[in-house]
Amino acid sequence: MDLFSNLALGFGVALSPMTLFLAVVGCFLGTIIGALPGLGPSNGVAILIPITFSLGLDATAALVLLTSVYYGAMYGGRISSILLNIPGDEPAMMTTLDGYPMAKNGRAGDALVISGVASFVGALLATLALALVAPYLARIAYKFGPAEYFALYALAFATLGGMASNNQAKAALASFIGLAIALIGLDNNSGFTRFTGGNLHLSDGVDFLVAIVGLFAVSEVFVFIETHGKSSAVGVTLGKVTVPWKDLWETRWTMLRSSAVGFVAGILPGAGASLGSFMTYMMEKGIAGEKGGFGTGVAKGVAAPEAGNNAAAGGALVPMLTLGVPGSGTTAVLLAVLMTLNITPGPTLFTDRPDVVWGLIASLLIANFVLLAMNVPMVKVFVKILMVPPAILLPGVTMISFVGIYSLSGSYFDLVLMIAFGVMGYAFRKMDIPTVPVILGILLGYQMENNLRHAMTLSGGEWTYLFSSPIASVLWVAAILGFFAPIFLRRFLKKPQLTED
Amino acid sequence: MKFTFLKALGTSAAISLMAASSAWSTECIAPANPGGGWDFTCRQIGKILFDIGQVDAPVQVTNMAGAGGGLAFSTVVAERNTDADLIVAASSATTTRLAQKAFGDATADQVRFVGAIGGDPGVIVVAKDSPFQTLGDMVEAIKADPASVAFAGGSAAGGFDHMKPLMVLKAAGFDDITAVKYIGVDGGADAITQTVGGFTQAMTGDMSEIVGFIKSGEVRALAVLTEERVPGFEDIPTAKEQGFDVVAVNWRGLYVPGGISDADFQKWADRLQAVADSAEWKEAMAANGLAPFTKVGGDFQSWIDEVIAQTEDLSREIGVIQ
Repeated sequence: MDLFSNLALGFGVALSPMTLFLAVVGCFLGTIIGALPGLGPSNGVAILIPITFSLGLDATAALVLLTSVYYGAMYGGRISSILLNIPGDEPAMMTTLDGYPMAKNGRAGDALVISGVASFVGALLATLALALVAPYLARIAYKFGPAEYFALYALAFATLGGMASNNQAKAALASFIGLAIALIGLDNNSGFTRFTGGNLHLSDGVDFLVAIVGLFAVSEVFVFIETHGKSSAVGVTLGKVTVPWKDLWETRWTMLRSSAVGFVAGILPGAGASLGSFMTYMMEKGIAGEKGGFGTGVAKGVAAPEAGNNAAAGGALVPMLTLGVPGSGTTAVLLAVLMTLNITPGPTLFTDRPDVVWGLIASLLIANFVLLAMNVPMVKVFVKILMVPPAILLPGVTMISFVGIYSLSGSYFDLVLMIAFGVMGYAFRKMDIPTVPVILGILLGYQMENNLRHAMTLSGGEWTYLFSSPIASVLWVAAILGFFAPIFLRRFLKKPQLTED
Repeated sequence: MKFTFLKALGTSAAISLMAASSAWSTECIAPANPGGGWDFTCRQIGKILFDIGQVDAPVQVTNMAGAGGGLAFSTVVAERNTDADLIVAASSATTTRLAQKAFGDATADQVRFVGAIGGDPGVIVVAKDSPFQTLGDMVEAIKADPASVAFAGGSAAGGFDHMKPLMVLKAAGFDDITAVKYIGVDGGADAITQTVGGFTQAMTGDMSEIVGFIKSGEVRALAVLTEERVPGFEDIPTAKEQGFDVVAVNWRGLYVPGGISDADFQKWADRLQAVADSAEWKEAMAANGLAPFTKVGGDFQSWIDEVIAQTEDLSREIGVIQ
């Protein structure tokens, strides 16, 4: 009954009026931060760090506040994905694919409730898994070397083609553009910079947040200006929010499967929430088949990525707490906070500082219920923020995007780059090229290349090394199946759906 | 509708205030994203400066990631050269990159190095079941077959973590250092997981990165690259006592803009010394595996110049600069 005594300890720490208050504040701020494009969980948490210090919060209280913001942002990201077709942060990107079509079909309220419940299921299961098996699960990270990671990224790319099913060539083109952008910057394996033209701002590469905000938010502004607001995405109306029990029941397996896959993706350092939401979406799309109607606004299409990314957010805490390896940008920030509070995460954290670990787990559980309450019955409060007339909202969103991007590195260069991405996004829309693969290319390309080069360094250039472990081989088989199956299956199924808007 | 608009405006105003606030007097630039050593330096020194009353408002930490610190360096030189309320976190990585001309045309004399107040000792670590028992065993194995041992570290090729094993091998008389395998991963903890997982044979990094893993017994440190054994880790032998005369400490310190007055420079040197002497800093060092390494003021600058010259020679040899 270790678990119960540990949880009792945790709740003993977390259930003080002050920590509860901080959890509510954190959840509220987090949801807003998540919903605003350009402000994602990592800069949201970073912005709040000085506040925790100036308030003089102790370790547990600071962690409660910051992790509530973290979880809150993972919930909040979906709101603008669904209502504006602009992802609030990068893991919410996949939610635009079905969430926005649902909203356009007049089911915005349903989409918000389904994704909110899916977020809750994903985050709750991940937190429970964190409590039950974190120290054992940390071992998974030891099984993944360069060859295994490379195979994992290859799997992600192999399934990309199936995403925009009306034109695979365009999706492939877009993902190659993303991969090319990922090459910019310092080459980790030679110590030299590539394609930077001597510009110091480019030597760390292109931040994917800059690309996301540019491709989605800024290009939306251009479309808005061009059409004088007529055909803009902004301005979906939200009627009465009711609970679509039928949809929730139908997506139950989707939520459970996606939570499991998302959690595992979160545990692997470097994969993180974005890969989690992408893989779960593609997996569910594959399971549902052509008849599933993914991309047209189906409940499973919003449930899968949201359960996946929230479970991944919980999963990413596993390597951070047990190994000190941050699995994502946000956990890197949380790691920094822990170190500043003189807590060193690592294999001994669970035994050395049980109060911190179990206090954190208990507060995550509390935060989760607070977030469910905020994001389902009270979702209209947040929606109202986005419900102002487009002519006012869009400049506001743009301003916040600029501030958010500027806060990344404090340089105007990122703003110029963001506008360049906006122009690119606008051109892509005109040519009907999907922008999501571009982002995935940037997001995964850097790690994919690095792991390939590492594998080659370790094996002395022997390519068979890539297939040398059982895990890598299984991932390769999945990748090959994932790439070819849609091409062959299509002949036996009905013709491809034409659903991109 | 009016009301909701005001609410939206208020929210965005509050958030932009938080993001771009400049209400604090002293600013510490961490030239990297939150989570790394520079961020730690800024946040910890900033917090202690305020706690012990050296500054009267909390120090604002700005993360200015880019070009491995080059962006912050060039910004300070070009735009903030006379700002006496600005400090910037620095470490061995700063001098390594200056030596390798990784910051464009920037040179070390464009700023003033205030001092180092702690050092993260370099370590070479293997998995607990590794055949290597001493640093000598490993050096012999590499001499016999350079491809048999691959190192993982938290810096890119040519970075400080890469340099450490090469310095040891040079000291042992092994000159074919370009044949040594090294992969640069995302941070020391990641390098350890690669080593424990058996993908690389050894990890090169800083003491702070391995503390938890040493305690849990998953890895063994073959050597620490300091003059003396590190307090709290007395059972880890130094490279020196094993016959390899190498000292590589990742110091943690600050630089300030080059154009400030000598009086302002002295003010920062005194403040930094006060942090170094504080009980809070000693506690923070102990908790994070840092060893005492205090060089503040004038001597520090000459030590920096020497380190840069050495790094330049080694970098030329491994081919990261021409």
